[in-house]
Amino acid sequence: MAPILQIKDLTHIYSQGTPFEHKALDGVTFSVERGEFIGIIGHTGSGKSTLMQHLNGLLKPTSGTVALDGVDIWTDKKITRQARFRVGLVFQYPEYQLFEETAYKDIAFGPKNMGLPPQEVDRRVREAAGFVGLTDQQLGASPFDLSGGQKRRVAIAGVIAMEPEVLILDEPTAGLDPVGRAEILGNIQDYRKAKNATIMMVSHSMNDVARLTDRLLVMNGSKLAMDGSPRQVFQHAQELLDMGLDVPEVTRVFLRLREMGLDVEPVYSIEQAVEALKGLKEVGSHA
Amino acid sequence: MLKDITLGQFFPGESFVHRLDPRTKLIMLVVYIVALFMAESWISYAVMFAFLAFAVTISKIPPKSIVRGMKPMVVILVFTGVLNLFVTPGETVWLKFWIFTITKEGVIRAFFMVTRILMLVSGTFLLTYTTSPIALTDGLESLLSPLKKIHLPIHELAMMMCIALRFIPTLIEETDKIMSAQKARGADFESGSLMERVKALVPILIPLFVGAFRRADELATAMECRCYHGGEGRTKMKLLRYSRWDLWTFAFGAVLLAGVIVLASFGL
Repeated sequence: MAPILQIKDLTHIYSQGTPFEHKALDGVTFSVERGEFIGIIGHTGSGKSTLMQHLNGLLKPTSGTVALDGVDIWTDKKITRQARFRVGLVFQYPEYQLFEETAYKDIAFGPKNMGLPPQEVDRRVREAAGFVGLTDQQLGASPFDLSGGQKRRVAIAGVIAMEPEVLILDEPTAGLDPVGRAEILGNIQDYRKAKNATIMMVSHSMNDVARLTDRLLVMNGSKLAMDGSPRQVFQHAQELLDMGLDVPEVTRVFLRLREMGLDVEPVYSIEQAVEALKGLKEVGSHA
Repeated sequence: MLKDITLGQFFPGESFVHRLDPRTKLIMLVVYIVALFMAESWISYAVMFAFLAFAVTISKIPPKSIVRGMKPMVVILVFTGVLNLFVTPGETVWLKFWIFTITKEGVIRAFFMVTRILMLVSGTFLLTYTTSPIALTDGLESLLSPLKKIHLPIHELAMMMCIALRFIPTLIEETDKIMSAQKARGADFESGSLMERVKALVPILIPLFVGAFRRADELATAMECRCYHGGEGRTKMKLLRYSRWDLWTFAFGAVLLAGVIVLASFGL
C-alpha cells in the first residue's frame, strides 16, 4: 500500500526577510506507512514541533511538500481543512486548551467542527472517553474541576474523537506521575489497535520510545539526522549522545559493559538484555 | 502572525541613546512632546524633524522598524487627516463640492496634524525601542517618587507596570499556541459571518484568561517565597545615576525647547 504521509524536501523559515529570520526545518524527507508507531526524538529547538505542525497543515512549508494519501495538503482550502481532521495533533500540555463547560462538550468540539450529525458526535465522544478511561461522571464535570491527569485525558480524547488516521502527540506524558504516564501510553496503543491508526509521538523518554515504537526519527539542527528502527538508531549511541540526546538506560549499561571488555552487542530493551546475558552465561559454562 | 507585532518592543543595543539614563530619556520625551505641540510653522517642524532624525540615527535603530510600528496607527492618522482637511475654515478655497470645501489652510493644517502624530509616536517608539521595560519602570518610579509623600503607591504601580510589560510577549505566544491547538480541532477563525467569528473567539479567550490567572497566581506565590513585601525598605541592585552625557542631553533638550519657543514667539 502507498504511504499515508509523504514529506518531501520540507523546509520552513520563520519570519523570513526580517532580522529574526530562522530556519527551523531544512530539507526534511521521509514517508510514513499506515499503522506505524513512530517516535520523534531531538533536543529542544531541533525542529520537532515545527515538523509536526506541517503534517496537518497548521504551518505552510516555505518549500517542499506534505502529501496525505498522495495528495498535497495545500492543493486547496478544502483539502487543507480535511487534513486537519485526518491528521490529529495533540500539543504539549493540551489541558491548557480546554474551554467548555463540561468535559463532554470539550471533547465534542472537534467532531462538531467536522459537521457530523448529533448521534455520530455522541458516539465518538463516548468512544473517545472510553479509550482514555473517563467515567460518565467525569464527562459531565467541568474540565477545570478535574485533576491534572484527567484534564490531559480529556484533551487527548478531544483529538481522538475526530478519529484521525494519523495521531500525532507532542510529549503526551510530560509532567505526569509514573502511573499516569503508563496509562496514557496504554490509551494511545489501544487507539492504535482499535482503529489501525498511525501514531507519531515526540518524547524525551528514550525508554518509552525504545519500548513502544517501530521506527525512530531523530531531529538535529533543523535536519532529519537519523531514520530507522530503534535497534538501528540506538546502535549509534555515541552520535546520539553527541547531539545532546540520551539512550535507554539498559543501552548505557551495555555500552559500559562493552567498554569493560565484555563481548555484548548494544541492546535497547530489557528483553534483549536478558537474551544477550543468557548467551553470555552459556558461553561461560562451556569454558 | 501575531508574533510580528512590534508595539513597544525593546531592541537591545549599545548606542549612545541606549546608554542614557532612563530618566533622562523620559524627561527628554516630555520635552520633545511639549516642543512638538509648540511648533506651529514649517521652520519649527523642520527643526523638530531634524532632532528626531538625529536621535534615530545615533540610536542605530533601523528606521524601517519604526515605520513598521506605525501600521496600527493608520486608522487614526487617516481620520485626523480627513477631519482637519474638511473642517478647517480658510479663505483660499481650492475645491468645493456638495457640503465639502477644501481650503489651502485645511490642507496645511491636516498635513501638520498628521506629521505631529507621526513624530509623536516615533519619539515614543524610540524610547521603548532603546530602553528595556525594567529600566523604563525603574526610571518612572524614580521620577515619580516625590509623590510617595502624599501616599501614592508608586513602587507598587511601577511593579505592576513592569509585570504587565513583561507578560505581553508571553501572552502573545500563548495565544498563538492556543489558536494552533484549536485550529487542529477544526476551529475556523477566517470565515463565516461577524457573529460566527466572534463566537469562534471563545475557545481562545477562555483558555487565555484561565492561563493568565494561573500565571498571576504562580507569580504571586514565587514573589512571596522570596519575601517580597512591597517597596518599603527595598534597595536596588542597579542604582540609577546620571552621567556627564545625561547633563549634555538635558542641555541639548533645553536649547531645543527654547529654540522652538523663540520661533513660536516670532510667529514662525
